[in-house]
This record gives sequence, C-alpha cells and structure tokens, in this order.
Amino acid sequence: MRSKKSSANYNRQDTIFKGILISASLLVVGLFVALFLMLIRESMPSILGNGFAFLTGTTWDPGKGVYGALPAILTTIATSLLAVALAIPVALGIAIFFTEYAPERSKFPLTLFVDLLAAIPSVIFGIWGLWVIAPLIKTYVQQPIVASIGFIPIFGGPAYGISLSLASLILAIMVVPIIASLTIEILSRTPVSLKEGMISLGATKWETVKHVSLPFARLGILAAVMLGLGRALGETMAITMVIGNSYMWPFANPSIFAPATSITSKIASEFYEATSAIYVGSLIELSLILLVITLATNALFRYVINKTNRGAKRQ
Amino acid sequence: MRLVSRKNANLLITLLSLAITIIAIVPLLWIIGCVIANGASAINLEFLTDTPAPYGESGGGIANAILGTLIINAMASLFGIPVGVLTGMYLSEYANSGKFSSVIRASVESFSGVPSIIFGIFAFTLIVTAAQHYTALAAAFALGLMMVPIVAKATEESMRVVSDDIREAAIALGIPKWARTVKIVLGVARGGVITGSLLAFARISGETAPLLFTSLFSFYWPTGIDQPMATLQVLIYNFALSGYPDRVLQAWGASLLLVILVIVINVAVKVVTRPKYKEGF
Repeated sequence: MRSKKSSANYNRQDTIFKGILISASLLVVGLFVALFLMLIRESMPSILGNGFAFLTGTTWDPGKGVYGALPAILTTIATSLLAVALAIPVALGIAIFFTEYAPERSKFPLTLFVDLLAAIPSVIFGIWGLWVIAPLIKTYVQQPIVASIGFIPIFGGPAYGISLSLASLILAIMVVPIIASLTIEILSRTPVSLKEGMISLGATKWETVKHVSLPFARLGILAAVMLGLGRALGETMAITMVIGNSYMWPFANPSIFAPATSITSKIASEFYEATSAIYVGSLIELSLILLVITLATNALFRYVINKTNRGAKRQ
Repeated sequence: MRLVSRKNANLLITLLSLAITIIAIVPLLWIIGCVIANGASAINLEFLTDTPAPYGESGGGIANAILGTLIINAMASLFGIPVGVLTGMYLSEYANSGKFSSVIRASVESFSGVPSIIFGIFAFTLIVTAAQHYTALAAAFALGLMMVPIVAKATEESMRVVSDDIREAAIALGIPKWARTVKIVLGVARGGVITGSLLAFARISGETAPLLFTSLFSFYWPTGIDQPMATLQVLIYNFALSGYPDRVLQAWGASLLLVILVIVINVAVKVVTRPKYKEGF
C-alpha cells in the first residue's frame, strides 16, 4: 500500500524533474532561435534600404547614407586566413614536440602554458599589441620592408604599426593554443600498435610521425584548423585595438601594412555613434553576416571532428 | 650513411619542434611580463579603492570597475551556471539519438561557436532597446549565455564518465531517477561541474565585446543593476585607447588584476584536476 503510493510519488517527481531539465534545454534552443530572428529583424532597415549593394559596396559613409560592407568582410576573411596560416606550423610543431619528444615531466607545465595562453583575455592581447608590439613591428619589420621592397603594392608604405598584418599576427598568437591543444589530443590517439610496428621496423620517431601519426590525424588536424579559424573570425577586442579601423584595405591601399577594418572592429568602434535606423541596421547586418560565416565554419568543424570520432567521443 | 641522414632528420625535427614550442611560449611570458612591469606601478591604495578621476586630472582608481565586473559576473553565473548544469544533465542522462535531443545538442554546440560580440548585439536588441537605456542586466545576460555551453559540456562530460554500476546500484535500491541523477550521478561528477563553472567564470571575466553596448561604462560607483556599470574589461579598452599616459598606465594596472584573476583560476583548476589529466593521456 505504502510502497505503491511512494512509487506514484516518485513517478510524479520524475516527471517534474524531467520537465525542468527539458525547459532549461528548450530555453537554450529558444534563445538560439531568438538570436537569429532578432538579428534578422534588426537588420531589416539595412537589408531593405541598402539591398544587395551592401555586400558589394566599397564605401562606408553614414553621412551620405552609403553603406558598403565589402572591405570589412574581406578584411575579416583575410586576417583570419593569414592568422591561421601563421598558426598552423607553430601549432603542429608544439603538438609533435609534445606527443613525441617532450620528457614526461615537462608535459604538465607545457599544457599549462598552452591553456594559459588560450585563457588570456583578448583585451589584454589588445593593449599589449597596441602599446608594445605595434611600435616594435613598425620600426623593425614594417619600415625595413617598406624601404626595401615597398614598390610592390602589397608591401607598400607608409608603416603605421597598427595594420592588417599586425592584427593577423596577434590573432595567430591567439589561435595557436586552440589548434595546438586539439592537435595534441588527436595525435595522442594514434594507435600504439601502429607506432610500435614502425619502431620495430627501425623507423625513427620523425618517420613514425610523418608516415603514421600525421596521416592518421589528417582529418583531426583539419578540424582543429576549422576551430581556430572560427575563433579568429569572431575575435573582436584585440583586432579592434590593433587594426587601425580605417577602410583603406584592400581597395584604397592593398598593402598588408595598411590600416583596415574588420566586421568586428567596425561594429565595436561604431555601434555607439550609430543613430539612424539604417546605420544601426547596417552594423547589425554585418554581425548577421559574421554569424553565418562563423556558424558555417563551426558546422564544418563538427562535421569533420565527428567523422574522425565516428560519431561520439569529443563533442 | 643513409642511417646517419635519417637520424639527422630526426634530430633536426626534434630541435625544430623544441624551438617552435619555445617561440610559442614567448608571447605568454612577454604579455605577463609587460602586464606586471607596467601594471605594478599603477597599483596603490587609491587605485584599488577610488573611482576614476575626471579627464585631465591625475590620480583616481578603478574600484568601481572591479566591483562592476564582480557584480556582472555574479549575475551572469546565477543565470548561466544553473541553465548550463540542467542542460548538461539532460544531455547526459535523458538525451537519446532522437530529433528532439539532437536539436538541443546542436543549439548548445552552436552557441559555443557564436562570436562574443554577437551576444552583445543580441542582448542590446533584446534588453537595451526594450529598456531604452544601457543596463548591466543586459551584460549579465550576454555573459551568462556564453557560460551555458561551457558549463553544459563540462556537466555532460563529467556525468557521462560516471560508471553505470553506480546508476544500477541506485536503481536496485529503488531510488527514483531524479534523485539518482541529482544526488548520486551529479554528486560523483560534481568536481567536473565545479571546475567547468570556474573556467566559464574565468572566461567571461575577460570578455569585453559583449559589454560594450550593454553595461557601457561609468565613472561612478554602481547605482543599480539596471544602470550602466563600469567593468575592468571596458575600462582597459577605453583607457588604453585614450592616449593619456595616466589612463594607459591605469589600463595596465587593471590588466594586471584581470590577468591575476584569470591565471589563478586556470592554474588552480589545472592543478586540482592534474591526476585525472595524466590518466587521460
């Protein structure tokens, strides 16, 4: 009698509990949908007012009501790709050193360093990039290059320090730990039997890495690169502080030393001053474009990582 | 001869990867060094207890920004951690391979890839436009939302690795599923949930972009949670770009506090979870 009653009680408690969990989960889903809908709704003034010219225009002049987003979109893509290209060899080097050559004792401090680099807030990268790195880069890298091969347009002057290339460099430093830690995880999953087989054939460690570990980890490394790219595309503060926020690149001045404006730096530096509905809408439409690009990159990341895991393990 | 060149190739790669690893560590030490070298001289009693001086005057402090960051982080945690834990519990204990579960999983995963500035815009369109003024609540909402996927994933992963023996033992004792999940599985997994929440807290402590159009900035003490509020992050951004040497120095001082907070949490979590980590590798 008593147990029957408590079992009915349990069932009700279980239903309530499951209801709470489902509502919390549905809240997350709802907010994600709301995020999309709000961005679309708020960018309507721009979508209707600017039309397709928004995506192809190269001039951004709120005074005249002209909003062309192409330079910002291109800058975002260029800085991110450049950053990832710089970061890949470094991340691979760290991952190979960590999994193959590092003495056991050094592994804990090494992962600590990698994790800490990933944990440093981006605004700190910004202040460091702006006040420490920019002057150094200007004097010791940009000026000599401009002086020697500055006649080639993409290396043209003047050297300001803050520039597209500085933003890419800072971004590269920020994505190295992201790519490296995932690559370490992937390389560590190489089946030991395969590696032992190579070693028993007399292969050196490098030959084992080159012929077994790297081919085995190929897809996983691609996933790590996608993850880093997604992070680079959306990065805001460090970029805003070091990129110069000028619409010069790439049309007015194609040099990698020219100041530029990314999608995120445009939003971060102009959102306050935006007064008219179409100005605000244009900035929000920029964020919508960014959202679509980053979600696509992340979806690709998840597709690849799930393929490497055959469905389950990581995500 | 061939063996020698193969061994040399191996040695070359060893040295190269070592060199790359060292080069990659340099920026971390450089940043920390710069922040300490520049920031330490800014820190004094006035800096830690006073509000910023008006432009053009020297002195003043950043105490209102320290308080603001703590208030906004606390509010974000009140929202982000429970929702994250509940979602993680659902994903670990109740989700199956059906459509409904995969929609939830996809939303949580997608959230973790959304750029932080977009959370700021979202909070702006949802809360600031409705309230018609900048408010710290919108900032807390944006940051809380950023915590959800981190906490959910930590909860799910640490509950997943709890042995089924424990769940079965609980079933054998006739313990209802909710109590099994909350008191037993979550109890065993609580270490992972706590470290995940701490890492999420550290992460949002440094996030600046979501605050720009939500909590904005203020030169005064916080007057209410629905008002603009100073934060360390926005203070660093504003002061670093202000160009006044005094302000830039204070930005470095604020950076030092922020870096200490972030590093202490990360190192603590890392040291506490160390034995587990070794096993994993």
